[in-house]
Amino acid sequence: MNGRFHPKSLLYQIPLLLGAIISMFPFYWIIVMSTRKTSDVFRFPPKVTFGTELLTNMKHVFQNMDFFGAFLNTVFIASCHTVLVLLFCSLAGFAFAKYQFPGNKVLFNILLVSMMVPGQLSLIPSFLIMQKLGWIGSFKALIIPGMASAFGIFWMRQYAKEAIHEELLNAGKIDGCGDFRLYWNVALPVLRPALAFLGIFTFIGTWNDYLWPLIIINDSKKYTLQIALSQLNGIYNTDYAMVMAGTFFATFPLIVVFLFVSRQFISDIAAGAVKA
Amino acid sequence: MSDTNVSLAAGASKRGGSQLWREIYKHRVIYLFISPFFILFAVFGLFPILFSLYLSLHKWDGIGEMKYLGLGQYNYLLHDADFWKSILNTLEIWIISTIPMLFFALLIAFLLNSTFVRFRNVYRVIYFLPNVTSIVAVAIVFGTIFGDNYGFLNFLLKTLGLQPVKWLSSPVMLKVAIAVMVIWRWTGYNSIIYLAGLQSISNELYEAARIDGANLMQTFFRITIPIIRPIILFTLITSTIGGMQIFTEPQVLTNNSGGPEHGGMTIVLYLYQQSFLNHMFGYGSAVAWGMFVIIAVFSLINWKIVQLTERK
Repeated sequence: MNGRFHPKSLLYQIPLLLGAIISMFPFYWIIVMSTRKTSDVFRFPPKVTFGTELLTNMKHVFQNMDFFGAFLNTVFIASCHTVLVLLFCSLAGFAFAKYQFPGNKVLFNILLVSMMVPGQLSLIPSFLIMQKLGWIGSFKALIIPGMASAFGIFWMRQYAKEAIHEELLNAGKIDGCGDFRLYWNVALPVLRPALAFLGIFTFIGTWNDYLWPLIIINDSKKYTLQIALSQLNGIYNTDYAMVMAGTFFATFPLIVVFLFVSRQFISDIAAGAVKA
Repeated sequence: MSDTNVSLAAGASKRGGSQLWREIYKHRVIYLFISPFFILFAVFGLFPILFSLYLSLHKWDGIGEMKYLGLGQYNYLLHDADFWKSILNTLEIWIISTIPMLFFALLIAFLLNSTFVRFRNVYRVIYFLPNVTSIVAVAIVFGTIFGDNYGFLNFLLKTLGLQPVKWLSSPVMLKVAIAVMVIWRWTGYNSIIYLAGLQSISNELYEAARIDGANLMQTFFRITIPIIRPIILFTLITSTIGGMQIFTEPQVLTNNSGGPEHGGMTIVLYLYQQSFLNHMFGYGSAVAWGMFVIIAVFSLINWKIVQLTERK
C-alpha cells in the first residue's frame, strides 16, 4: 500500500478529512476572532482569516480582568491537586493491589460504589461544610476534597496488580524494607506510566473544572481561568474580540502542553476503556 | 486473593477474633495508606448525602433559621413545572447528542481502522483535542458560531442561499446548539475508544468472513458490532452519566437564565439556580434527590434494555 495511490482510499480519506476540519474549526475561529476587531467579524460577510490585533485584544483582557493572576492561580491549584492525587491514589492503589488485609474486598467495593453516586447530590452540603470550615474563597476547598479520588485509586490498583511482581516485593522485604519503603522504592518506580496518565488526566480535569470553583470562589483575586473567562464573557459580551483573546489565553497553553504528551495519553485512555 | 481474605476473616472470627485483630494490627500501615480516601469520602461524600436528605425536609436560606416542612419540598417538587421541564430538556439534549455522537464515533473508528488510511496518529490527536478544551471555552466559541445575526453558521447558510436559523433565541434550536457542543467535544474521545476495540479484532476473522463471501455490511454487523458490544455499552453508560449532569454549556450560553422559554434549563442548572442564586438550600436538596431518583430509574431502564437485547 505504501506510496501507491489507491482510489478506494479516497472513500476513507474524504470523510476523515471532513471530520478533522470540523474538529479543528472552532480552534481556528478562536484565533481568527482574537486577532481581529469585533467589527471585522461581526459584519456581513465576516473576515475569516487571521488578523493582527491579538496584542491589542490581549491588552484589553488584562486591563479588564487579572487574567495572569487567574492563570497563576489555576497552575497552582492544578499542580497541588495533581501531586496530592498521585501520592494518595498510588499509596491506596498499591495497598489494595498487593496486600491481603482484612476487609480489602469490602473496602474496595465501597470505593467502587462511591464512584456511581452523582456528585451533585452532595453539592449543597459540601458547600455548607466549606462554610463551616471557613474554606469558602479558599484554594483548600478546590484542592483537598478530591485529592484521593476513587477513580485514581481504581486506576492505580489495576495497574499495580499486573505491573508489580511479587518477587520484587519479596526481595525488598528480605532487604528489610518497611511498607512505606516498599511503596517508595519498589512500587513507585514501576507505577511510573500509570502515574503519568493519572497526572495528565487530573491536571487537565482540574484546569477545566467549573461548577465547584464557581460555587466556592467569591473573590476576583482568587479566580481560576475558567471562572475569569466566564465572568469576562458575562460582563463584556459585546466585545467579542476581547472575550476571544481571553478564550485563547485560557485554552491554548494547555493544548500546547497536551500535544507533547498526547500520543501516549490517548493510547492509555483507549486501553483503559477497553479493559474496563 | 480476596477469597483468602474472606476465609481468613471467617476463620478468625470463629477463634474469638484475636487472630483477626492480629491481622489488622499487622497491616496497620496499610490501613493508613488507604485511609485518606475513606476519611475524605466520609466527610465530603457520605455525610453530605445524608445531610442533604435532612436539608430536603426543611426550608432554609442558608442564614436564618431552618423550618421543618416534612415532605413539603417534595410535594412542591412534584408539582413544579420548571423542574419537570428541566428533566425533559436534559433528556432531549441527551438523546439528540448521544445518538449522533456514538454513530459518528463508530464511523470514524471504522474508517481509521482501515489499512488505506495514513496519518492515523495525527487524526487521533486532531479528533481528541476538543476533549482537552474547557467547556466554558467551547460554550463561548460556539455561542459566537451559532450567533443569530453575525454567527459563522448563519453566514454559511446565507452564502449557500438558505434561510438563517435563530439558533440561540428559539427554545428548540438552543437545545440543538447545546447538543452540537457535546457532540463536538466527545465524538473524538469515543471514536478513540472504539478504535482500540476494533484494533483488538484479529484480521484472520475478517479474512475468514471474506472467504465465506460476506460483504462489508455483513462483516460490520455480524463481526465488528458483536465483538465491540461491551465497549459500546461502556460509552453508552459514560455518556448517560455525563448527559444527565450537563451544566456548563447552558449556564455559559444563557448566562444562568436557561435561555428563551427556559429551553436550555437542565437539571443541574436548575439545581444550581435554586440553591446558589436563589439561596433555597432545602428545595435545592429536594431537587438533587429528585434528580438522583430519575437518574437511578433511567439507569435501571437502560440496564433492562441491555439485558433484553443480550438474550437475542
